[in-house]
Amino acid sequence: MPATSLVVNGTRRTVTVAPDTPLLWVLRDVIGLTGTKFGCGAGQCGACTVHLDGAPVRSCSVPLSAAAGRRVTTIEGLSANRAHALQRAWIELDVPQCGYCQSGQLMAAAALLARNPSPTDADIDAAMDGNICRCGTYQRIRAAIHLAAGGA
Amino acid sequence: MPTEVSRREFVKAGVAVSGLVVALQLPAYARTAVGALGRQGATLSPSAFLEVASDGGVTFWLPRSEMGQGVWSTLSRIVAEELEVSPEAVRVRQASADPKFGDQFTGGSSSISSLWQPLRRACAQAREMLVGAGARTWGVSAADCVAEQGEVLHSASGRRLSYGALVPVASALAVPAAPALKDPKHYRLLGKPARRRDTAPKVDGSASYGLDVRVPGMVFACIARCPVFGRSITGSDGSRARATPGVLDVVTLEAGELQVGDFTFQLPGAVAVVAENSWAAMRGCQALDCHWDRDGGVDSEQLARIFRDRARQAGVLGRNEGDAESGLASATTMVERTYDVPFLAHATMEPMNCTAHVRAGRCEVYAPTQSPTLVRQVAEALTGLETAAVDVHTTLMGGGFGRRFEMDWVIDSIRVSKAIGRPVQVVWTREHDLQHDNYRPASHHVLRGGLDAQGKLVAWTHRVVAPSIIAWHAPKVLPPGSAAAADEALDGAADLAYAIPNLRVDYCPISTPVPVGWWRSVFASQTCFANETFLDEVARAAGRDPVELRRELLAASPRHLAVLNLAADKAGWGSPMAAGRGRGIAIHKFFSDAIVAEVAEVTVGERGLRVDRVVCAIDCGLALDPRNVAAQMEGGIVYALSAALKGAITLEGGRVKQSNFHDYPVLRMSEMPTVEVHIVESAEAPHGVGEPAVPPLAPAVANAVAMATGRSVHRLPLALG
Repeated sequence: MPATSLVVNGTRRTVTVAPDTPLLWVLRDVIGLTGTKFGCGAGQCGACTVHLDGAPVRSCSVPLSAAAGRRVTTIEGLSANRAHALQRAWIELDVPQCGYCQSGQLMAAAALLARNPSPTDADIDAAMDGNICRCGTYQRIRAAIHLAAGGA
Repeated sequence: MPTEVSRREFVKAGVAVSGLVVALQLPAYARTAVGALGRQGATLSPSAFLEVASDGGVTFWLPRSEMGQGVWSTLSRIVAEELEVSPEAVRVRQASADPKFGDQFTGGSSSISSLWQPLRRACAQAREMLVGAGARTWGVSAADCVAEQGEVLHSASGRRLSYGALVPVASALAVPAAPALKDPKHYRLLGKPARRRDTAPKVDGSASYGLDVRVPGMVFACIARCPVFGRSITGSDGSRARATPGVLDVVTLEAGELQVGDFTFQLPGAVAVVAENSWAAMRGCQALDCHWDRDGGVDSEQLARIFRDRARQAGVLGRNEGDAESGLASATTMVERTYDVPFLAHATMEPMNCTAHVRAGRCEVYAPTQSPTLVRQVAEALTGLETAAVDVHTTLMGGGFGRRFEMDWVIDSIRVSKAIGRPVQVVWTREHDLQHDNYRPASHHVLRGGLDAQGKLVAWTHRVVAPSIIAWHAPKVLPPGSAAAADEALDGAADLAYAIPNLRVDYCPISTPVPVGWWRSVFASQTCFANETFLDEVARAAGRDPVELRRELLAASPRHLAVLNLAADKAGWGSPMAAGRGRGIAIHKFFSDAIVAEVAEVTVGERGLRVDRVVCAIDCGLALDPRNVAAQMEGGIVYALSAALKGAITLEGGRVKQSNFHDYPVLRMSEMPTVEVHIVESAEAPHGVGEPAVPPLAPAVANAVAMATGRSVHRLPLALG
């Protein structure tokens, strides 16, 4: 099997695994970063959201070969010590319940704020609609994004 | 467990067991404590749940599973309150499945109510022993000493000693049999909004769920089951699976049956593909060529006919007051309606999974489970090992909702590990998870109501046709026709709160091959929809306002009235609405004794149905953490709204048609209504809040839709109705 290199949270990683393996499983089962979650395997729930060269992607639907040589940021690399404004807002409002979807929610929200520092409710709907939460924390997620953006 | 037992009794039995364990263990623990007197490392541990160490550290072994409902936070605050320490001083550790912790069943919204008494008692015992130790040390009366912030203080002299310093003396004292519980008037923590303890690890990826378990030498496995319910895989060709890169083994699991106490577990004839990583296991599983009997197999239309036919025969009576038939016959106006709701999947965010390691003389199971006790018993039965040789590690779980009370995924992992002799994590794909759930039962309801000449509701009948959940799990001791099965299926129907002189409720059990299970709020999710939607039909027939009619029927139920009025007032009940908009209300007393009323506001227009706002009022007794109560209401409303608008599992050829979130859709951010939660002030004991927000939601929305469109709703989901 060929070796593939990619940069994960600033560190170059070389893995030897089938190149069609989705990035999700490379992160979780090969590299050992389990903060990125498996929810549907079909790009429908957003639990596996990571940043690929800064853009949000569903890592369950990105083959390793497509991530080769590129920069991947996972929830573990979003900030040191939960310092990202969104993480602080999530803590302030106690957004998570079971918490399982929240890595993906945070990565999707971080990508939103990076390109749109003051999103409207409609912007939040558009950016976050791909991320399912079965505990129903949407209202607090919306409030936390506004809080992190410097709003209410 | 007693044999004839309903779910509610089962929950209550779990309560009793937990309390009993504390009581039974006191002498043993007291003896241990006395034996430890004066020794280094002495600890004070009046119950299995609690330990105060000689360095002052307080450890609380959490005997319930955390699935997002907040038990880590709220239960540890009960400890901090009663023991008089700061919440931060309480170290929470997940209990093992050791029998000393009692039954750890986590469901039925029972965690707080079942531990409310035993936990406070254990902490009060420890506190009194520490106070007694201070008094003994200083040669003063215990009545002159108080506990505060982890210290004992002699008020008159101002002398203080830390709990840690007092542990060696305290642990030698007799455990008080009747400790005085703290007066709620003096609560510092309980009743006030609190911060969750588990938020930080849930925002940086460090929280560890079932799928995040990593054990040295572990491998991963995927399972192929027969997609047709009630059948097994009869043969398979694993050669292509074995040739898949990363696949290590293909294991055939024989069909069988496992009896554990009252529970009968069907072991499916299945095939497991074992691989180096999850993806390779999934790909290998797809490459399997499996055979099963493909003829026939029931579909949803057939089932609907069977349900309707069954409703023509009388069922097991759950309640019979006055004379319902005469009441209906003499009524001026009679209303009759039928209601249908579908099977529903749980669709937890984290698909089913479990990690097991079976080796000679030992079994370890890492399970995101709502029933660690049952996991241990299942592991014992499958391996033949003694209790002491089985370790169960309860992990965090990505949603429970009743699905993680089941054992199918636990059994998978233990069987595969036993077969290959290695630690293995069995992971279900989302498709497997949706197609092999224990579904919320479909049900058919027939309701009749009679109004007299003054518009008073004088007669009511409700017939429930549904598969029995308890009979599915314990068919040998609790068959579908048993009183326990009727009691369970009529929850919310037989205990109708409305004062109606002639009332009859019965249950028609029905057997289908579809596995059924406990789903957030269980049968109340169906019965409350039927009750409350039907009551609005009755109100329309009588020309009455739905809130005013409910007030009349609940006149003798002050708790109901307070909740109803709070929701109606906060929602602005009666204020005008634009064309195409509607407002609906529903109220339900859940079996946890919490009462919830919800008012939904909807818009029905060119873009379809949108729920704009839900106003929720709850009486849950003393709201230990109002912030978390609100979170549970928000969560229950969203879970119920997904089901009400979109949820339906349908069958074709005996197998589930839906496979992932594209055809089993759930609520998303852009569809989220504004949710407002209002809590009734109460000093009563706390009632569980994990489920009670679910039942009133669907009827509140249905009633709002009826107002907006002029067409009443008789089936769910609304988007397809």
